[in-house]
Amino acid sequence: MLYRENGQFKTSYRSDQQIFPILQDRISIGLLLAAAFVLVPLLSSNYLLTAIFIPFVILSLAALGLNILVGYCGQISLGTGAFMAVGAYAAYNFQVRIEGMPLIASLLLGGLFSTAVGVLFGIPSLRIKGLYLAVATLAAQFFVDWACLRLKWVTNDSSSGSVSVAGLNVLGMPIESPAQKYLFALIFLALFALLAKNLVRSAIGREWMAIRDMDVAAAVIGIRPVYAKLTAFAVSSFIVGVAGGLWGFVHLGSWEPAAFNIDRSFQLLFMVIIGGLGSIMGSFFGAAFIVVLPIVLDALPYWFGVPIDTAIASHLTFMIFGALIVFFLIVEPHGIARLWSTAKEKLRLWPFPH
Amino acid sequence: MGFLLETLFGGLMVGMLYSLIALGFVLIYKASGVFNFAQGAMVLFAALAMARFYEWLPKLLGFDNMLLANVLAFAGAVLVMIGIAWLIERLVLRHLVNQEHITLLMATLGITYFLEGFGQTLFGSDIYKIDVGMPKDPILAFERLFEGGVLINKEDLYAAVIAAVLVALLALFFQKTATGRALRAVADDHQAAQSIGIPLGRIWIIVWAVAGFVALVAGVIWGSKLGVQFSLSLVALKALPVVILGGLTSVPGAIIGGLIIGVGEKLSEIYIGPKLGGGIEIWFAYVLALLFLLVRPQGLFGEKIIDRV
Repeated sequence: MLYRENGQFKTSYRSDQQIFPILQDRISIGLLLAAAFVLVPLLSSNYLLTAIFIPFVILSLAALGLNILVGYCGQISLGTGAFMAVGAYAAYNFQVRIEGMPLIASLLLGGLFSTAVGVLFGIPSLRIKGLYLAVATLAAQFFVDWACLRLKWVTNDSSSGSVSVAGLNVLGMPIESPAQKYLFALIFLALFALLAKNLVRSAIGREWMAIRDMDVAAAVIGIRPVYAKLTAFAVSSFIVGVAGGLWGFVHLGSWEPAAFNIDRSFQLLFMVIIGGLGSIMGSFFGAAFIVVLPIVLDALPYWFGVPIDTAIASHLTFMIFGALIVFFLIVEPHGIARLWSTAKEKLRLWPFPH
Repeated sequence: MGFLLETLFGGLMVGMLYSLIALGFVLIYKASGVFNFAQGAMVLFAALAMARFYEWLPKLLGFDNMLLANVLAFAGAVLVMIGIAWLIERLVLRHLVNQEHITLLMATLGITYFLEGFGQTLFGSDIYKIDVGMPKDPILAFERLFEGGVLINKEDLYAAVIAAVLVALLALFFQKTATGRALRAVADDHQAAQSIGIPLGRIWIIVWAVAGFVALVAGVIWGSKLGVQFSLSLVALKALPVVILGGLTSVPGAIIGGLIIGVGEKLSEIYIGPKLGGGIEIWFAYVLALLFLLVRPQGLFGEKIIDRV
């Protein structure tokens, strides 16, 4: 009744090809954006912003980047944390070594650096496929971890590899309060989500999907695997690199290589898989799930007033987290995005299904 | 020359231990097409079970005999690992038949988290020790050939021998028994195996139980070297390059890959490491495996990947 497309005729190519062809979708996306930009910073406390919303926004951005590689191009990567680290440390170096470097410029340059590294580690994907590739991408993870710890010029000669940035500002506006940080990250997320959405429905996005579905067949019909795979690696690691820069600069403020270790890579892969492979929307669902779940699990004993020893509580959190992931994979192997689209299909016929 | 040989021996023995863990990966991948990331957590779980049973059983039953305690603890840990295998098949694998590789991979990551949490809730999270009476003192060999001889760690030597025996046993099991033949049939083609009446579910339980047994042996050996603690589950990350270097589907590949990685790691640590600032063994194995894969994408002994459109 509320959500149906009857009577919405497309009379031009333009209206046929827009991102959200259904009026209700356009309205709800507009409302969602308004809520994200206005309501959330106005209504939520600083704790809520720093503990949930800022990590959620930045990790969704990273998950978005990873989803392009894994979900759209079918190249499994376990080295996402490394590309985040490259983005963060490169941005840090631009920021520290060049006087008066604008923040946005150093973040984007960090992303470009990450692109270069991503393409470099993407080259083996031309020969190595599937699970072999997944393990091979771990080489990137461990190499970057090591480089951030051991190569002194990466961290500007800091001894333990930990670095910090302070006094962030954009065009004279300071980025200090949680609300400002949140909005700053959110602008990046909104822009990149739009970019990604448009990329995946363009020619290059179709090439990625053809490669994902079967690369030999794609090559036969004239898609260049080299070009398609490397562009996927490039776009993905650019977005992931920018997310890494944001994670370091905006969320953490001061960080060390461990912030981008292999657990981060797995975390992002979880987001993409639980959210839904090959779905922009899914990246957001997955990020929300993985960010909120541990916080809820940690808080549960307090809510019920059951005091639990912290060590046991953290082990229990591990157990429940693992079990829930398995549960989700069994119940909905295609991710939350599939539930979402099923719900939408149902909604079109509601309240009179056949 | 003596020093080089010593490094080589050290590398070979460490490599043998890596291949022990790699073996677990290969067994499960061959039989069920699952890349089992939980192998490291299984090693930790098995070692924890063994270490704690060793403490608990003598108290519970009231005897004081190290050998008996070890044997009973080992048997107990084997039972626990069989139970885990059964649970994994019942609760996870059965429901994920025919899913994509990456979904299964993620499921085993979920199992990893679960086992790590479960193991430490059940058995505690301190550092425990396993003592199966392996001699710790080093021996000198080839004293007549080189000046100073070659120092070999006896514990490593025993571990390598145990690993070799285990591999031989597994090879016999796979080649000569009816169950082994069924396992190979399943590895070859799930559907065909099922259609001639091989029960897939039972085969999977057996494979996971065997992998659990291998994990236990690896856990005992690594645990008696390093102590049983959380970091034990990270040795799996050391074994991953071994698996892809040797080929995901090949048991001999796991052994030879392990030896190559072990030797390469030790040699690089000594001859390349200082030039790069040290600590390179973390990524060296991966880069080595990556370079090998560029030449042979299916690993040294893996089945050739044939793409058909």
